[in-house]
Amino acid sequence: MNSVYMLLDIVLLGITEKQRGRYAALAIAAVVIIVGIPLWWKTTETYRAWLPFSDINELDSLQLRLSVDIEVVFSRGTLTPEQQKKMPLSHVSEKEHQVDAKTGLRYQYETRYRTATVMEEDALNQPTAAEADLSLHTLTESSCGSVVVYLIPESSVLLPEDVKVYVGQRRTALLRSPPFKSSWSLNEVISSLNPRVEQIASTMSFSHQDITAALSDRVRMTKVTKESMADSMRAIKSSPGYEITFSLLNPDPKSHSLHWDIEGALHSYIQPLLNKLAPIANFSVDSQILYYAVLGVNPRFDNSVSAYTLNADSLSHVINPVEARLGSNAASSNPVLNFLLYVPDAHHSPLFIKDHSRREVPTNAFHSPRWGGIMVYNVNDLYGPESERPVNIDINMAKVMGVFLAQLRLMLGVHKTHPPSGFVLQSPGSAGLADWELDRLMWSRSVENIATASTTITSLAQLLDQIGNIVINDNIALQVSSAVTSLQSAVAELDAGNLAFALQYSREAILASERAFFDPSLLHLLYFPDDQKFAIYIPLFLPMCVPIVLSLLKIVSEVKKRRAEKQAKSD
Amino acid sequence: MAAHRCGLSLAFILIFSCIAHLGIADTLEKANDTTGEKLSASDAPREVNTDAESVDLNERQWQKTDVEPDTRDDPENSPSFRPAPAKDQFEEELVIRPLHSGDIYASFQFRTLWDVDFQQEGQKASHYRLFPKSLGQVLSKFSVRELHISFTQGYWRTMQWGQPFIASPPGAELWVWFHNTVSDVDGNWRELTNVLSGIFCASLNFIDLTNTVQPSASFKPLGLGNVTDHSFLRYATLPREIVCTENLTPWKKLLPCGSKAGLAVLMKSEKLFHSSFHSQAVHIRPVCQDEQCTSKAWELRQTLNVVFDLYTSGQGKKEWSMFKMFSRTLTEACPLASSSKVYVDVTDNPEGELFELSPATSLLSQAVVLGDRRTYSVYDLTRAETFGQLRSLNLLLRWKGDSGDMLRPLLHAERYVSGFGLQTGEIHTVIYNNHPFRAFPVLLMDSVPWYLQLYIHTLTVTSKSRENKPSYIHYQPAKDRHRPHLLEMLIQLPPHSMTEITVQFERALLKWTEYTPDPNHGFYVGSSVVSALVPSMVAMNTNFTLDQPLFSSFVPVKEESSYFMRVYTEPLLVNLPTPDFSMPYNVICLTCTVVAVGYGSFYNLLTRTFQVDEPSPPLAKRLANLIRRIRGVPLLT
Repeated sequence: MNSVYMLLDIVLLGITEKQRGRYAALAIAAVVIIVGIPLWWKTTETYRAWLPFSDINELDSLQLRLSVDIEVVFSRGTLTPEQQKKMPLSHVSEKEHQVDAKTGLRYQYETRYRTATVMEEDALNQPTAAEADLSLHTLTESSCGSVVVYLIPESSVLLPEDVKVYVGQRRTALLRSPPFKSSWSLNEVISSLNPRVEQIASTMSFSHQDITAALSDRVRMTKVTKESMADSMRAIKSSPGYEITFSLLNPDPKSHSLHWDIEGALHSYIQPLLNKLAPIANFSVDSQILYYAVLGVNPRFDNSVSAYTLNADSLSHVINPVEARLGSNAASSNPVLNFLLYVPDAHHSPLFIKDHSRREVPTNAFHSPRWGGIMVYNVNDLYGPESERPVNIDINMAKVMGVFLAQLRLMLGVHKTHPPSGFVLQSPGSAGLADWELDRLMWSRSVENIATASTTITSLAQLLDQIGNIVINDNIALQVSSAVTSLQSAVAELDAGNLAFALQYSREAILASERAFFDPSLLHLLYFPDDQKFAIYIPLFLPMCVPIVLSLLKIVSEVKKRRAEKQAKSD
Repeated sequence: MAAHRCGLSLAFILIFSCIAHLGIADTLEKANDTTGEKLSASDAPREVNTDAESVDLNERQWQKTDVEPDTRDDPENSPSFRPAPAKDQFEEELVIRPLHSGDIYASFQFRTLWDVDFQQEGQKASHYRLFPKSLGQVLSKFSVRELHISFTQGYWRTMQWGQPFIASPPGAELWVWFHNTVSDVDGNWRELTNVLSGIFCASLNFIDLTNTVQPSASFKPLGLGNVTDHSFLRYATLPREIVCTENLTPWKKLLPCGSKAGLAVLMKSEKLFHSSFHSQAVHIRPVCQDEQCTSKAWELRQTLNVVFDLYTSGQGKKEWSMFKMFSRTLTEACPLASSSKVYVDVTDNPEGELFELSPATSLLSQAVVLGDRRTYSVYDLTRAETFGQLRSLNLLLRWKGDSGDMLRPLLHAERYVSGFGLQTGEIHTVIYNNHPFRAFPVLLMDSVPWYLQLYIHTLTVTSKSRENKPSYIHYQPAKDRHRPHLLEMLIQLPPHSMTEITVQFERALLKWTEYTPDPNHGFYVGSSVVSALVPSMVAMNTNFTLDQPLFSSFVPVKEESSYFMRVYTEPLLVNLPTPDFSMPYNVICLTCTVVAVGYGSFYNLLTRTFQVDEPSPPLAKRLANLIRRIRGVPLLT
């Protein structure tokens, strides 16, 4: 025991006083570095929950594969028995488009060929194409996003002479078979059919233009045609819900007492379309009547037609004063589509709208992309000059709703399809929308949702990565990862051809990503300035660090000096 | 890209917060203009980004609509879907009452009835004709059963002016009954206040749980339905709220005629706010459409009460005209209104000896209002002869003699804070019963913020210097930073007496972030509310008819002998101990300096090397040696 103390004494006494001071300074510096700095770091850290950065990086380069199921059914009389024997058959074709460095598209058409069943043959024997379409629909319920093509003999009377393809109200098309040589093998027949089938598929499911337009959030457009651009510009952005407001503007309640049966009109015109569109978004509809609402432009009296006219150039100024009174929806933040019916006052009627080439617009209506539409409804010829004021006027809702329905379809992105020559499209009927039109919309909406959600998530991840001050709470991390998983499943479902699921997942993804992006908690510490931090730290850090740094410098210089001395000695 | 999104998100947040403002205010005042510009400015680039063809950057691209002729037949007009024509109704009226003090009390009331089947849940589409859409959506979204909101600038001087038709406290007041199907009442309430603050451009978003109470007895639903479960009621006041034009504009916009026609043309904000008292309110409740109550409707009552001080501004002449008050005259009724009337109170002037009213009208109407039978001259704006040859109605009143003294109002209340120093104090509430021989009970409700810690054991109620024991006390103590104190008492007021209620409190120290930007101004405590059934001098009208003037039919009358009245006291302004706000930084500097000094000497002690040094000879010795050297004597060692 004694020896230990002696050893300690020797050690302690062995070091000189100067060395002791040096060791103390080093020890203090070590404590500050090992304990102090981590402690300070830990206590002033902002909370940042874990985010799936690697998954997000994967989403940054998006490779989408859209697969469409096509079924080609050969009816009796289109194939020789020889060829029929090799049925059924399937064939997969793929097209690849690289949109830009980070976005790639692949379209996969899985075509299955089979001969028609007896029931289908019966259905095809109906007198008209529309009836055949209906009875084929009752036979099989085709799944969302798929296309069925019935090949009918060249001599069939189902279609008029010059019509090659008939597209029905559902997901079926009738194709008049081109002349085959009976010596052809089945593969030759199929390959001769393929261009037609692809045309049908791009009409009934999606075309490359639609998909690239839907990707406009991600990809800067360069060479897309003006028309598809205008279409996609006009349509309101994809959103989980829309508020549709119909407003009747009556600037002159003293002379006109207007009645519109909006309930009945909604029930018979708008609601069927919205019911059909239910898988795409939630819609809420309301209507209001605004009195003393005037347009922002005084219409000019045109002597040649003895009517007031509004030029297309002045239309943009028309809305502003009215818009202030339309009122936004207080109860939700979904985008609003406005449809205004303007009944001009007695002193400014009739009122007509002229287009850019100075011709009267027959519908007397115009629309603004992503905002809504206005229709001017003249009532001056409904009453004589000596009738008692206010005049009771019932508005012809069929006329009005026809215009509003067309505008609504445009705003919702149901594009007018431009079929190739020889195509006949069945008009959508009372539902206002054919099944395949809905499919088209769903294809482009899912791609658009995926594109938007992926840009939102990647830019959020970039932002969080760049600015270290932002607190990332657990709920944000949860939203981000749920957005990422929904995105991944949406992409996978598109790949598998399950359109309905893909749309649903993409909607979930967009909701979660927006909620994460606009979360107010991200802003809390964002703008805590650095100069204030320094002002708080400096009174403590400066007096503490100066002696440590100075003594460390002194030690270093002494060590250097001693080394130099040693070297001089050894020399 | 990140930066772009970040900027966009900020713009979005700005936009979302302003959307309601933008949608509603048309003649935007103050800040709204700038937000409007922001909106359009941030709108434009989004469209421009993608539009190569856009000519004008800030303009929307308008396109004509082409429609193929609708090939469909007329809609299948199924006879089952033909709703009955709605019985929406709109009425407007203005009551002008010359006050004994020489001031003029003008009270506008607008009533809109919305005939809708509101009991039906989950309605998909809603249709608005006269009722404003923004409020209708609020009602259905938040399952509101009844909503009362008022914005008041100035204090109603009961002793000089008598009773108002509908009383309101200074600042903003909001009370809402929710449907009993609501599960998360607090959540609904929070969202509702935010939405309403957008609709009315007011700071109602400052209403949170710390100033919301659930009164158990003072606020009963005024409309249909007898609910007693007060867990669906929320009540809050913001006594600090300043009311100005930006609140009036959205309020005017709720009227079907706006300010374009009818009585609302008189509402010029520069005149209305150049007044001694200004109060605007919105009351929404479900009511019966008819006497049998076969159908129900939402009733929206918008009231605007103004007291003009024309005595001092008119150089001492007691004379007023509509043009002097509002700088407008009336030319027409709102064409949508089923009734549009101006009433002038001529009760004190039965023979025309006090004042002269022109143009004279033969129409007189009597109404029982606040326990008193009053006589009114009526001007019906729906009739052409009201406007005379000038096609405009400019009421003019010239005083002839001096009016007598005013009867003291039967019920009156005041409140003040006493005590000195910044630690404790005492709230005094004084309630007067001026009825000569009848005692009646009143309900007193007090909501005191948590930072005044009430000592409920010091609560005393004295009338005629004798203790008056309240028959009902409901007290809910505050929780710091969570909820305010709520004190409700049922007190019997003896006839012709003064009842004083005192309670002591201690002021709490707030956290430094909880102080308002101007803490030395003091903190407001909302008005106390005194609700009472006051014995009536005349028999009240209990049968329900729609023909009554609006001002006399707001509160349902249950019995003939008494009428309901609500009196608000003054709000209190209390000083709290206020720290020096540069203190945190001073504390940081001081502690850092102390730590640094301690640390420095410690560091010095540890790292300084100590060496034994030859002590230099003391000063005396050195002096002695100096002298010795001069003398040549050997030096001392």
